[in-house]
Amino acid sequence: MTRMKRRVLPGFPLSLGYTLFYLSVLVVIPILACFSKAGSLTAAQFRDAVWTERTRAAYALTFGTSFAAAAVNLALGLLIAWVLVRYRFPGRRLMDALIDLPLALPTAVGGLVYASLYVKKGWLGQYLAPLGIQAAYSRLAIVLVLVFIGLPFVVRTVQPVLEDLDAEAEEAAASLGATRWQSFRRVILPPLYPALLTGFALAFARSLGEYGSVVFVSGNMPYKTEIAPVLIVARLEEYAYGEATAIAVVLLVVSFVMLVVINALERWSRRSEAHA
Amino acid sequence: MPETPPVLAPPSRFRHAQQDPLWLRVILVLAAAAVVGLLIVVPVVHVFAGALSDGAAAYWRNLFGDPDTRHSILLTLTVVPGALAANIVFGLAAAWAIARFRFPGRTLLTSMIDLPFSVVAVSSEQKFVLVFGLQGYLGPFLQSHGVKILFATPGLILATAFVTFPFVARELIPVMQAIGDEEETAAVSLGASGWQMFRRVTLPNIKWGLLYGIILCNARAMGEFGAVYVVSGHIAGQTDTMPLRVEKLFQEYNLPGSFAVASLLTLLAILTLVVKVFLETRVSPERRHVH
Repeated sequence: MTRMKRRVLPGFPLSLGYTLFYLSVLVVIPILACFSKAGSLTAAQFRDAVWTERTRAAYALTFGTSFAAAAVNLALGLLIAWVLVRYRFPGRRLMDALIDLPLALPTAVGGLVYASLYVKKGWLGQYLAPLGIQAAYSRLAIVLVLVFIGLPFVVRTVQPVLEDLDAEAEEAAASLGATRWQSFRRVILPPLYPALLTGFALAFARSLGEYGSVVFVSGNMPYKTEIAPVLIVARLEEYAYGEATAIAVVLLVVSFVMLVVINALERWSRRSEAHA
Repeated sequence: MPETPPVLAPPSRFRHAQQDPLWLRVILVLAAAAVVGLLIVVPVVHVFAGALSDGAAAYWRNLFGDPDTRHSILLTLTVVPGALAANIVFGLAAAWAIARFRFPGRTLLTSMIDLPFSVVAVSSEQKFVLVFGLQGYLGPFLQSHGVKILFATPGLILATAFVTFPFVARELIPVMQAIGDEEETAAVSLGASGWQMFRRVTLPNIKWGLLYGIILCNARAMGEFGAVYVVSGHIAGQTDTMPLRVEKLFQEYNLPGSFAVASLLTLLAILTLVVKVFLETRVSPERRHVH
């Protein structure tokens, strides 16, 4: 019945046809091409391409720095979301708007600025260098720029949940004699877990594939500060397309797994919101 | 409970149980301000300081005196509208099909567009995938028909469209769903043609949502680095877009030049944020996005 009614509107075959055509040219065919290219390697070649000392170092670095940055973002994101939702202070709207800047700013600009802020003579590097902290062309530099890139994600996932949180539970906790810290840990924090985890996963996934900013700050030294996407580009520039594709497939599979995890987390987060 | 000063006074809906002591509020607000200041404000200020370090005349020369930089600005101004146009058409078509009709595979199609997959993952690893697709399959076919894809402007447009394809569609779908199809059905049953209905009914209803999607898409398209880097071959004066030019100048130790180009991109990002804040109050005050 609804079908009859809906088909009154024109343009269904055209719009759906174009959508499918566009998606297959832009997304489906390239992904299939990538897998079939990697499939043209033998198993041994594939293993040699994706599992050398250099690629292992690159994976470890990519995952390690992404994880560290996402963990830092978890804490910073919770702090900022808390302050934005719970407190009123001058400049709050500005701070709220600025949080989105890393999403709007080209990553190359982020990389350029972070590279020159933290060199020995840079605005911030001059204070860190005497302490023996090298925040440029090092792993720390990668983590710093990834923290910048991933900052909006945790803030933006936690903020709406925190806004919708019922005051009653907190009031009950307070009237039962809980201290502020106790009610934060036992009453406020648990409903935020799904949102925090989703934000963490989004920041982590974004960091895994980040390329534009990391090339600037890392120095790209093999075994030390060379991330996996940089390795792919290096292979491409050597015209080793098979090897490059193999590494890309590994990252692709990882990002699909991340996708499944993020979706599960978001479903969980919606369910617990509905319960609250 | 002591009187709270007006500066940090919460609105009345926050009751005592939700109120933190003043010292804690001050410390947390200062900590958050320090984080935002160090991570976001200082870098933005630094871009402009770096760009203007040799004075305004040098800034102007760095931007418009260098033919390669000039070319990169022009190239970005060609590539981005091309990719935007492609994604606007796609966004309208996809939103129309998904929001107005029921068909098998609709959920799958929606998730291809709307899930974080497209937002987080597409913008990262899969950009490399594009290259192999173009290189291995479409490339030879198009080349034999006289269309040069890799290391040329069409390739740049495709790569940019690829990494930004979901932005318009995922803004439009919820807007169209919220509006419903009554007005459009009425228009059609009163004898409007499809095009008349689209222009007179659909477009005015979705214009803010559409503009919002375009703004987000534009910001990402302007700044895209990885996909364009791989597809372009990075040839100065030919296939360097603005973000690539930033990197090239940086590699050449021409920091003022690099910062000059970066400052243009930063201005654009700030403008994007301003328009975004403005549009968010228009589209719906409660909406917040994770991109």
